[in-house]
Amino acid sequence: MTAPSLAPALTHRRPAFSFGRWLERGGVFSWLMVLPPVAFLAALVGYPFFYGIWLSLQDRPVAKAGVFVGLANYIGAWHDPVFWQVVVNTFVYTAVATLLKMVGGLGLALVMNQDFRFKNLTRALLLLPFIVPTVLSTVAWQWILDPAFSVVNWVLVASGLINSPGPSWLGNPYLAMASLIVVNTWRGLPFYAITLLAGLQTISPELYEAATIDGAGTWQRFRYVTLPLLMPVIFIVTMFSVIFTFADFQLIYVLTHGGPANATHVFATYAFDIAMVGGQFGQGAAVALTMVPPLALIILAMAIYMRAPKT
Amino acid sequence: MTVERRGAHVRLLKLWLPLGASLLFALFPFYWMAVTSLKPNQELYSRKVMPLIVHQPTLKHYVDLITETNFLEWTWNTFLVAVMSTAISLIFGAMLAYPLARIRFAGAALVSFAIAATYLVPQPLLFVPLADIINRLGLGDTLTSVILTYPTLLVPFCAWLLLGYFRTVPSELEDAARIDGASRLQTLIKIVLPLCGPGFISAGIFAFTLAQNEFLYALIFLTKTEVRTVPVGAIAELVRGDVFYWGQLMAAALLGSIPVAIIYSFFVEHYVAGLTAGSVKG
Repeated sequence: MTAPSLAPALTHRRPAFSFGRWLERGGVFSWLMVLPPVAFLAALVGYPFFYGIWLSLQDRPVAKAGVFVGLANYIGAWHDPVFWQVVVNTFVYTAVATLLKMVGGLGLALVMNQDFRFKNLTRALLLLPFIVPTVLSTVAWQWILDPAFSVVNWVLVASGLINSPGPSWLGNPYLAMASLIVVNTWRGLPFYAITLLAGLQTISPELYEAATIDGAGTWQRFRYVTLPLLMPVIFIVTMFSVIFTFADFQLIYVLTHGGPANATHVFATYAFDIAMVGGQFGQGAAVALTMVPPLALIILAMAIYMRAPKT
Repeated sequence: MTVERRGAHVRLLKLWLPLGASLLFALFPFYWMAVTSLKPNQELYSRKVMPLIVHQPTLKHYVDLITETNFLEWTWNTFLVAVMSTAISLIFGAMLAYPLARIRFAGAALVSFAIAATYLVPQPLLFVPLADIINRLGLGDTLTSVILTYPTLLVPFCAWLLLGYFRTVPSELEDAARIDGASRLQTLIKIVLPLCGPGFISAGIFAFTLAQNEFLYALIFLTKTEVRTVPVGAIAELVRGDVFYWGQLMAAALLGSIPVAIIYSFFVEHYVAGLTAGSVKG
């Protein structure tokens, strides 16, 4: 009964000693809030990252104790011809797919930026490839490109463009890489288009009117109004696209599994084969970590490019 | 008259043709999933039949998928994992975003840098050490292993998106609540969170579809059929050796895509908001 009347009296006498007041301090409250998620991310992202570096310095077969071997795994990769093929494959895959997604996405965004009926429905349908689980849609593509029953070949043969049986899309090294790039573009292009469309819609129509009054044609309006204002959005989207295309795993694992004859192996699938199929954790971790310097360089180069003042 | 016709031609060339081609390219694989899953095997593996339509539709592949594999269990696992990891990610994301959006505290810059860095770490960089860690923790072949690891992919995004929404709440509202004696936590829960519903829906939908999409961790951590998710189950159990069960695979692909597509269609505006928030606002 006395507690309610006593409590205010006590805090009045010793205001500095209140736990409740301590909790209300900005720094204390903030750190109490961010500490659990920060600890969670440190434990499951930060720690594995550094543990991975440690693993890459060991000869570490699965389920056995590791032996420290220094840089031997990295030197082994350097002398491994497949590793260099993986490097080339990954760069080709990333560069071509990103370029196709960027150009195609920008084109589709410009098309979508006109007024037409069922615009929201069209936008929702066009985004479907991006939201459906990648593995499931990639299996459909594998069947579309099947060596014996490819529907692409059926259409090409039926329309008289090629002779039966038609190319083996996933069996030929160059066609397999081209197929992967097409499927990656199929999945990623909507993301580009919808994001760039949102960027286009933030550009004020008055700018176009002003440019038109100044005598700018369609191309000039695009080149000197649209493109510069869209650059920040293009940059962010491209950065994400480059990172996740460079580190892509599921699409390649399902469609070609790195084949034929390593022609489509990329860092992630090669590291997976070494570590999970071959059971060599140390070597696998080393191959995966070789992704870090090129990724860091790409991000840095794009950041510098974007910072540079342009006229 | 001629001007009008020319306008229609331009519109055909600038709008309907590219739009139609894009839609055809985007949607054909889904049509192909549906058509394949409804064909009987003799039609599926015949070179003589025109393949673009179904001549004798059958539900046999669906029946086989549900009775001969653990597809329903995989679906339930996928759903459970996606819901749990989305919930964890939203809570952690909000805990990170609110102080960063509202309070100036020592170390805030460090925390935002850490979030951005985690956002840019791709999964293939971590799967080898994580496989070892999950094994040592004895979490292999448990759904806990993926419920714990998926939020590492989702929390940074959720935090980033919610940060933007928290900043839109007028700080006068919070000041008023604090003057009336509400604690910081009460202000957050009673004033700020109810105003940020759309932000939570956007982040939640995005996290949910990403969790449904995850494959690498599930492939490595879940090797027993009863704990598998749909993508891993389909790849691991509907392809036996060199034999692909195409009818069942396409049925599984379609059924596995439909829940995501339905949820997405209800919240498409929120999804697009989430998709574009990261790049347009950032």
